[in-house]
Amino acid sequence: MNLDLIIGILNIVLISTTPLVLAGIGELVTEKSGVLNLGLEGLMLMGAVTGFVTLVLTGNYFFSLFFSIISGIILSGIFAFLVLNLMTNQIATGLALTIFGIGLSAMIGKNFSGTPIDGLSPYYLIIFSFLLVFFVSYFLSKTKSGLIVRAVGENHNSAYALGYNVIKTRYLTIIFGGVMSSLAGFYISVCYAPMWQEGMIAGRGWIALALVVFATWKPWRLLVGAYIFGGVAIMQMNLQAFGVKLPGQFFNMMPYLATLIVLVFISSNKIRLKLSAPSCLNIPYEKNS
Amino acid sequence: MQPIVEFQNINKEYPGVVANNNVSFKIKRQTIHAILGENGAGKSTLVKILYGHVKPDKGQIIINSDLATINSPTTAQSLGINMVFQHFSLFESLTVAENLILGMSEKISLSKLKSKSETICNKYGFNLNLNSPISALSVGQRQSVEIVRSLLNNPEILIMDEPTSVLTPEEIKKLFKIIKKLVADGLTVIFISHKLDEIINLSDHVTIMRNGKVVSNLTTKNEDPESLGYKMLGYKVSKTKQINNINYSEDVLSLNNLSSYSQDPFTTNLNKINFKLKKGQIFGIAGVAGNGQKELMEVLLNENDLEFNGNIIFKNININKLSTFQRKSLSISYVTEQRLGHSAVPEMSLSENILLSMNHKTEFKRGDFINFDTINSYANDVIKNFNVDTPSFNVKAGKLSGGNLQKFIIGREIMSNPELLILSQPTWGIDAGSEAFIKKSLIELSQRGVSIIIISHDLDELLEVCHNISVLYEGSLSKSLNVENIDISKLGKYMGGLFD
Amino acid sequence: MAYLISIKLREDYSNFIFYLSPLVAVFLTLFFGSFIFLILDLSPIESFKIFFISPISNSYGISELFVKATPLAIIALGLSYCFKNNIYNIGAEGQLTMGAIFGGGIGLLFNNSSSILLLPSMILFGAIGGAFWATIPALLKTKFNTNEILTSLMLTYVALFILDYFVVGPWKDPDGYGLPKSMPFPESGRLPVLFDGLRIHIGVYFAIIICFISYIVFNKTLFGFKLRVSGFSSKASQYAGFKYKNLIFYTFIISGACAGLAGLFEVSGPIGLLYRDISPNYGFTAIIVAFLGRLNPIGIILSSLLIALTYLGAEDAQLFLKIPSAVGFVFQGLVLFFLLGTDFLNKYRISIK
Repeated sequence: MNLDLIIGILNIVLISTTPLVLAGIGELVTEKSGVLNLGLEGLMLMGAVTGFVTLVLTGNYFFSLFFSIISGIILSGIFAFLVLNLMTNQIATGLALTIFGIGLSAMIGKNFSGTPIDGLSPYYLIIFSFLLVFFVSYFLSKTKSGLIVRAVGENHNSAYALGYNVIKTRYLTIIFGGVMSSLAGFYISVCYAPMWQEGMIAGRGWIALALVVFATWKPWRLLVGAYIFGGVAIMQMNLQAFGVKLPGQFFNMMPYLATLIVLVFISSNKIRLKLSAPSCLNIPYEKNS
Repeated sequence: MQPIVEFQNINKEYPGVVANNNVSFKIKRQTIHAILGENGAGKSTLVKILYGHVKPDKGQIIINSDLATINSPTTAQSLGINMVFQHFSLFESLTVAENLILGMSEKISLSKLKSKSETICNKYGFNLNLNSPISALSVGQRQSVEIVRSLLNNPEILIMDEPTSVLTPEEIKKLFKIIKKLVADGLTVIFISHKLDEIINLSDHVTIMRNGKVVSNLTTKNEDPESLGYKMLGYKVSKTKQINNINYSEDVLSLNNLSSYSQDPFTTNLNKINFKLKKGQIFGIAGVAGNGQKELMEVLLNENDLEFNGNIIFKNININKLSTFQRKSLSISYVTEQRLGHSAVPEMSLSENILLSMNHKTEFKRGDFINFDTINSYANDVIKNFNVDTPSFNVKAGKLSGGNLQKFIIGREIMSNPELLILSQPTWGIDAGSEAFIKKSLIELSQRGVSIIIISHDLDELLEVCHNISVLYEGSLSKSLNVENIDISKLGKYMGGLFD
Repeated sequence: MAYLISIKLREDYSNFIFYLSPLVAVFLTLFFGSFIFLILDLSPIESFKIFFISPISNSYGISELFVKATPLAIIALGLSYCFKNNIYNIGAEGQLTMGAIFGGGIGLLFNNSSSILLLPSMILFGAIGGAFWATIPALLKTKFNTNEILTSLMLTYVALFILDYFVVGPWKDPDGYGLPKSMPFPESGRLPVLFDGLRIHIGVYFAIIICFISYIVFNKTLFGFKLRVSGFSSKASQYAGFKYKNLIFYTFIISGACAGLAGLFEVSGPIGLLYRDISPNYGFTAIIVAFLGRLNPIGIILSSLLIALTYLGAEDAQLFLKIPSAVGFVFQGLVLFFLLGTDFLNKYRISIK
């Protein structure tokens, strides 16, 4: 095996893992404040399709990025309104968001699938993803605002008793998560693919959710986990190239099986999971007035 | 002198209950002002309104002669009002330092926080390790964190909601000294309690509330516990007392060298617990919360397959491995600490809540089908025999007041003719009438030969109904003391961990 | 303080509003849907006619409505066991696929059989396949504490690849011009239709029977009681002495078997063979059907018909209005959003004073 091949593989890993890091970090912050958003898949699809369609229509990467982010803000804002103001079930609302996103993205993108575009270089967002992990890690562990986010996720009643605005905090973290997911979608359709195809996120939103659990809610671990995962996913392609004889479908299902196995491995330590998970995760907050 | 706080016609209504009804009174600067009332009298609602936690429907609050609009705890803090909560407002997994920072309205550096909190600790005799997570602290230490955090904001008014309910007698004495010193240093303390002795000992003035209304405003030194008690309830409660003889001799339950080994830092492991329970005996387990009560209950109930060593022998049967269902089938009954969502499902009807606990009994089933007729008539009997105030057995359990629901739950268990009844905090948070009724029922039950274990933080309650009392401290059980000739100071020492 | 909207906890949980809110949600969806049509420069009234009325204006359309509603109802009825128990099995799509592989596999294995036992054994294996696939997340949850949402979903992707493997690999029809599909099942392995010339099949009877049984189970049996208690509070369920882990298994197996059954009905009914895209997301859409039907068996039957209509409407809309059929999913997502939102009215009383 020569050096070029290794660098080539590393490069592919880098390029293919970034969306998982982006969406995963966004969800990590959301979950740290005590909200479980299962709508990542829908958010990513919408981010992907708005970014792509805007680029086709305007030819401008900035507009493309901008509208992609706007889609994330709007959709996650709707999610936030439902779970925070109307106190809906977070799991069901996240699923609704995903189904809605699948439908709406397919509808918007119908006339654009197959349209060729000039993709944006992936390296901007790759670099951004590393900076993001650094800043989120710093924010959560070293700043007062980060402390408030953790406090709200740890015990929303206490946070309220101390005068913190639980709902506002969670709005911000949910929208942050939404923006990161839409960025991940933008990356996939504009930088990575670059193309639009119905359902092109192919479960990455769910894998990002699993990564947050794998990382036990720690940003750096999420980065490491994402790259291990990305490595495994790329390995299957290379195994195929090296002539390991298995039907292609079995290679294709590997990322999903790997996620499953890792999840089992992480969650089997019940106490550790309990200690690292935000205590108020997925618990509705009712302000008593 | 101008009053520091004045409540004017405060009204607050919740669905089905008027929590505050035209409440008006004044609080003098630099005094300890107690608010007395039984559970549900509206004391907590009133101070939550003062702290901006709850919005009143009507009425206003005057602070330092100015009309104050307190919309949130933040505005309360800016007006110099701070609060120490009954159930604390701490973050378990965060450190003491982080908890202190979160409680401060101003931004502060870690070093400044350190010096500031040290000054307070030294002045009032608190002992805090800033780097330790809250989960590692005892209940008393947690309260210290709460108080220090409030003091860091330089408050003028400190509200303390039932601060003694979780402390040992020693800790209570210490707390009272601190409160008196705080007041001497210029603070005004609003002290909420339903314990008469404490109010006599501590406060300068007392406002008594009943059913959401202020019934009297008094200067404490003219009162005694009896007069306060009468004014609080509006009637005299005849104290029940255990007739201290056990008519039976055979052992019903014995725990031999019971120890648990959980890795979870949020649990307290049990350490070689031994005791024997006779037929017809009421055995009280006292101690401050968090010393293994939850774990002991878990081992006795076996809900989570908590791992333990040692043996639990019920009537010569080793029940170590028996499930909750099997234990219930052996006529052991349980009343857990948490009513809503544990020993009752609030969303379900009273009838369904009968089935919840009695699903091991064949008379309520027809094969795999539910026999609603027998369940409904059983529910009716419980409602009748235990004075449960409810229009019908179709009412959802969550609609009942705490006292009514607890009478229903305990009635449900008693009517199933258990041989052993295990209760945790049986009268916690309920009205005095229900409390007296429950105590009387338990004593009668023991005289019919049923053995009873009561796990409780409320020492008075245990002293009233039990034959013997032991204390749980950090997972260990003290030797048992006979209530008839009990030495209260010894009990206090046990609660602080000084076993002999 | 004039004209403040006040929100108060309701004193009485209102059954009327509980069952009214799905209707409100549907109405709001239509209202918002008309905006979508306006944006697409279409007349809302004409579009709704094409979407919701013309698809069922003849016997063929009504038959198609039941063809779509049957799998949705069967899966959603199964899911309601899980959801009542507060278990989020969202991998019904995978369980459906496994049911099709297992049951369809039997049909292909005995493809020259004309035995009357062929179809019953296909149905049986369909249910077994779905149940088998559902026991995996149940096992992982009970043994390893693994979140069932993520595992059941990951297994859906795996199941889809397994189906893909079979239809391009060992089970590919040798006379199929290389297309990724199996050979057709023998006539004895096909689900009987109810009327000649229409596709509505005997799966409808299964849906009705499952609905009836579920109604009895939920309301009259101890098992149904256990599910409801566990759904409200796992602590209360432990206090009652119920074996929570067993309940997880039972509910997963029931919902998996139902999804498998639905999958088998699809392939041995309307489709007649195995190929890649046997289900237009029935497994996911059934989640919405279950919620919209309030986890009530009769409500689920009604909501399955409504959601089935969005499938038909979307097909017609694609044909006549030239808008992508994915608009159906948009409506489904919207209806769930609004349903969850209107739940607020159940818990709170809103008044203006």
